[in-house]
Amino acid sequence: MADLTKKHEPFVRVAKRTQVSTKKSVLLQISAFVLAIIAGGLFILLLGENPLEAYKHIIEGAFVGSVRNPLSSVQATVVRFIPLLIASLALVPAFKMKFWNIGAEGQIIMGGVFSTYFALFHSDWPHAILLIVMILAGAVGGAFWALIPTIFKIKFNTNETLFTLMLNYIALYIVRYLEAGPWQRTKGYASIGSIDDNARLPEVFGVHIGWIIALVLMVLMFFYISKTKQGYEISVVGESQPTARYAGMSVGKIVLRTMIISGAIAGLAGALQVAGIDHTLSGGIAGGVGFTAIVVAWLGKLNPFYIAGISFLFSILAKGSSTMQTQLGLSASVADVVQGIILFCVIAFEFFINYKLIFKKKEG
Amino acid sequence: MANFINFFYAAILSGTPLLFGTTGEILCEKAGGLNLGVEGMMWIGAFAGFYTAWKTESVFLAFLVAFASAALGALLYAFLTITLKTNQNVTGLTLTTFGIGISTVLGFAMTENAGGNPQISSEFMSKLAPIEIPFLSSIPYIGKMFLNYNPFVYIAIVIAIVIALIFKFSKTGLAIRAIGENPSAADAAGINVTLHKYLCTIIGGGICGIGGAYMSIITLNGTWQSGGGVVGGYGWIAVALVIFASWSSAKAIIGSFIFGAFTCLQYYIGQFSFLPAFIREMPVSIYQMLPFLLTTIVLIISSVNSKKISSEPHSLGLNYFREDR
Repeated sequence: MADLTKKHEPFVRVAKRTQVSTKKSVLLQISAFVLAIIAGGLFILLLGENPLEAYKHIIEGAFVGSVRNPLSSVQATVVRFIPLLIASLALVPAFKMKFWNIGAEGQIIMGGVFSTYFALFHSDWPHAILLIVMILAGAVGGAFWALIPTIFKIKFNTNETLFTLMLNYIALYIVRYLEAGPWQRTKGYASIGSIDDNARLPEVFGVHIGWIIALVLMVLMFFYISKTKQGYEISVVGESQPTARYAGMSVGKIVLRTMIISGAIAGLAGALQVAGIDHTLSGGIAGGVGFTAIVVAWLGKLNPFYIAGISFLFSILAKGSSTMQTQLGLSASVADVVQGIILFCVIAFEFFINYKLIFKKKEG
Repeated sequence: MANFINFFYAAILSGTPLLFGTTGEILCEKAGGLNLGVEGMMWIGAFAGFYTAWKTESVFLAFLVAFASAALGALLYAFLTITLKTNQNVTGLTLTTFGIGISTVLGFAMTENAGGNPQISSEFMSKLAPIEIPFLSSIPYIGKMFLNYNPFVYIAIVIAIVIALIFKFSKTGLAIRAIGENPSAADAAGINVTLHKYLCTIIGGGICGIGGAYMSIITLNGTWQSGGGVVGGYGWIAVALVIFASWSSAKAIIGSFIFGAFTCLQYYIGQFSFLPAFIREMPVSIYQMLPFLLTTIVLIISSVNSKKISSEPHSLGLNYFREDR
């Protein structure tokens, strides 16, 4: 019998590691990033451009401003950073719970829709009150949009990945409908026009105050997830629902509460986008941020501080490469390629952090 | 009547790339892999197919290269999710970002080199003209509606039927379904789970790639639109269609053409004088929303009735790790 099992033992098999040293894990992550940058460089080289020059243009494009306003590029980078960070933070509690909310895109859009309503029809309210109401309305919009799939998930176990995915598109077409229908500014032109000055967020250091909100949220989310009872409940539900039930937790209630929080934060990102930078509502309000956020949240291992770092890196890539496109004959989508390579490398390396390979022992 | 026939014809044409994407994704999902990279793989196929068509002028090579390149993207997804057991949602989304990115960059470079939008020769395009079947194609109404399409419309339908038959009647199909439902049981029954998962993902991805090439070559009439959305969200509609067709590629044929009809309804609805005015004047965005709304409703209905007609593979989206058993 012993011979038989030995014969059938594969040459190499995979086993989960029980303990991983943080140092090793960080080292592997960093080498994955370096490898990705090199691979991206090779790709640029294949296209007949100098990769060093392309990267230089990307960095300069993200940081070096114009003569008139030396901070303009940094500000533009931060403007991209705000919604990405907030949307990624929104996904943290959901993913921790293993609720695959890939609907941040739609939740951002609905947040934008709800807050735009007040910007359009109550622009005469006092400035501070109007802004607070707009931001709260955004949170309500996002939470509402997250609630729909959550209720079905709890009641009928409807697949939340597919449901939230569909809601992204439904939200997008709701905006298109509003643009060309009830909220249209000029007949025949699908746009709601600019919102009133009274409904616009003030700026601090040349960037709308959303960046302060984003950083505060980052700290709050860290404490919420790692230091509060609710955060603990979320991890238990994520690890094992039967365990949570056995411990007397009401799983349905926790899922509902967590998704309201997740959706509300994503919706907040939408409200800030409307009041802070777009100053209008259009189909491009989320512009794929909700999807990128999934990748960022995952790369950042659901740690709000890591997530902030990765959001910033991706914002540099996005802003820098759009500048690069105008300077080199190279499409700005290089950013997407490099982003993709980074993630592929990191998740491939992650495997070696979480698993070990066991080779067949030589017969003695 | 002529209006209706034109609409029907257009619906079939725009439903075809959806059918390729849906069939490919069904193959992948049946084995338990929820590959959200359909849009990316279609983009990869769109560029690779177009470039080959432009350079070699061979229809066979163009679609072969489209298939192979998208299959390569799917192989990456398969390696990461099946062998390295990474999260399927994240990996699939990255494949989409990566696929759109790389095709846009390469398409941009191709346009720069060509000094304008590249155009496939009319000689090549004539090989993809609707097939005229002598006598039959000229039957009034029926001829135009059913027997006057470019070859890839028929190829899409044939692939969908073949895959439906494989799942229904063959041993391989049964094995794949078993893996999708319960991989550890399939493993215990001696089915090679890894091999089947790999094959389904890769072949499925390749089929998606053909759909992409169909869009860049046939739908866009042989011109690469740099900066424009070549695939433009069709991959996501395909993901929706898989649910709508309840994981059956035979049902996907009808589903694709219904969804195809929705995508071009906006150009025809105004001409249908038999419809009441409020329907004819409904905003375009409502028609564009309908495929997603219908899919959501199907998703809800199928989960509410889950005891009676559960067609969603039970292990969909979950990775199989043998040592976890």
